[in-house]
Amino acid sequence: MPDISVTTSNHNNALVIQGLCKHFVGLRALDGVSLTLSRGEILGLIGPNGSGKTTLINVVTGLLPATSGHVFVDGLEITNKKPYQIAHAGLARTFQTIRLFRELTVLENVEVAAVSFGLSRLQARKRALEVLEEIGIVRWAEMRAGALPYGLERRVEVARALATQPKFLFLDEPAAGLNEEESEELLQTLMSIPERKNLGMLIVEHDMHLIMRLCHRLHVLNYGKTIGEGAPEEVRRIPAVVQAYLGKSAAGG
Amino acid sequence: MINLEFIINTLSLGSLYAMLALGLVIVYGILRLVNFAYGELIMIGGYTLYLLTGFTPLPWLFVAFLAVIVSMLTSLATELVAFRPVREKSLTAMLITSFAVSTLLQNAALLIISPRARAVTLPQIFQKSVLIAGTDVPWRNILTILTSIFMLALLTLLLKRTVLGIALRAAADNFRMTRMLGVPANTVISSAFAISGIMAGIVSIFWIGRSASVTPTLGAPPLLVAFVATVIGGMRSLTGAVVGGFVYAIIISLLGIFLPPDLLEFREAFMFVFVIIILLFRPEGLIRSKTSVERVG
Repeated sequence: MPDISVTTSNHNNALVIQGLCKHFVGLRALDGVSLTLSRGEILGLIGPNGSGKTTLINVVTGLLPATSGHVFVDGLEITNKKPYQIAHAGLARTFQTIRLFRELTVLENVEVAAVSFGLSRLQARKRALEVLEEIGIVRWAEMRAGALPYGLERRVEVARALATQPKFLFLDEPAAGLNEEESEELLQTLMSIPERKNLGMLIVEHDMHLIMRLCHRLHVLNYGKTIGEGAPEEVRRIPAVVQAYLGKSAAGG
Repeated sequence: MINLEFIINTLSLGSLYAMLALGLVIVYGILRLVNFAYGELIMIGGYTLYLLTGFTPLPWLFVAFLAVIVSMLTSLATELVAFRPVREKSLTAMLITSFAVSTLLQNAALLIISPRARAVTLPQIFQKSVLIAGTDVPWRNILTILTSIFMLALLTLLLKRTVLGIALRAAADNFRMTRMLGVPANTVISSAFAISGIMAGIVSIFWIGRSASVTPTLGAPPLLVAFVATVIGGMRSLTGAVVGGFVYAIIISLLGIFLPPDLLEFREAFMFVFVIIILLFRPEGLIRSKTSVERVG
């Protein structure tokens, strides 16, 4: 797909990805992906397994170097910067497999995120408690993170990401492994965050039910390329998307 | 046999070994690197004591303080010059680097000072003892115990209450995630090396306090003790390092009492038999890190 994206590198209040490529030996995991995520917006990044969703998050957050292309946060280029610089530019993420600090308490987990932005321990503690309150897990603040039930671990991860006061938040399969009830609770929590915090949220998720209800807009990848984007209702009518991904569920519902 | 003297001696040895092990494990916890140049930091602390007590009129306490500072600076310098450039490459590269740094520092001491042992002038208090409940207790042992209590308290306070402390603990738990959250890797690693150097410096004072001399190869025995103590205690936790240090001291002291005189020279060999037995039953060390059970996937 030829890249005709408008040069929006001076775009304020948005995360702009332009022609992002990530080539592994013999594999184009990302092949010229461009997308824009605005503050306050929830964007669903979907696609079949191996389509490049997690790779995109990893490249944007600095875990993997980009082969080519650009990433801007509020007009500031962050392509291939170090993870902590990208974090300071206003990007936070959660992982597909949960990575809490298992030896630390829930509160301390969130505090780490806050102190890394120059807060004192006292301020960090205050902010951490606020975020835990917001996410509805302040009751577990003093519990060792490794001892938490699985459903709550996800929420701690989200809380920890929020404590960095990000402009953009990437969630990699936040509902993975949750039961229906937990998933519904998570949906309710996530839904209100972007508007309240004025942040842009990008969410990778296989639970289409959750994606359709949560996202304002969808971006569909297949083999590292964009095959469709738009409002959820529009996207599910794009033939290439139906064929590549939604096939079964679109036929069924 | 097991009287007050024995108990205080063992406690003192255990305190020394605990500090020793802590200095090694604080770097291991974050980088998964067993720093084989750690012993040389102690050696350098020893030579600082030798040079400053022998050739300057500085008071002993100030000299001891400087020895700690020099060890710390050496530790920071090795991190900056040797470890940082290979850090992103591989763990093996770092391990080999630590051998290189160790050899380099040893040879520097050989060349610059002398292969022969140098006597270090010790302060009066290191030769004096005090009568407690009818037993002569060397001040040296009391000072070792008090210093280690002080250092443990200080370290605990640092780790629990400060910004750096929480970053260090998080990094020991999951270094990559800590960086993702915005904590600069270099700050955390430099701090760990600084703490490691401070521990080495303090240990050098009391290690020299026992032998009253310093040689270029002084670092080897304490490195071995630190390594074994952390293996016994559990490589992943600071508590484990302290426990390991004391367990090491207790076993070695008991062997000193109960082994027949003919076998006394094989004390270390018997020590390692115990280590093997401990590891057979607790392969991860006595203090199991709760995170060491890795999640699949």
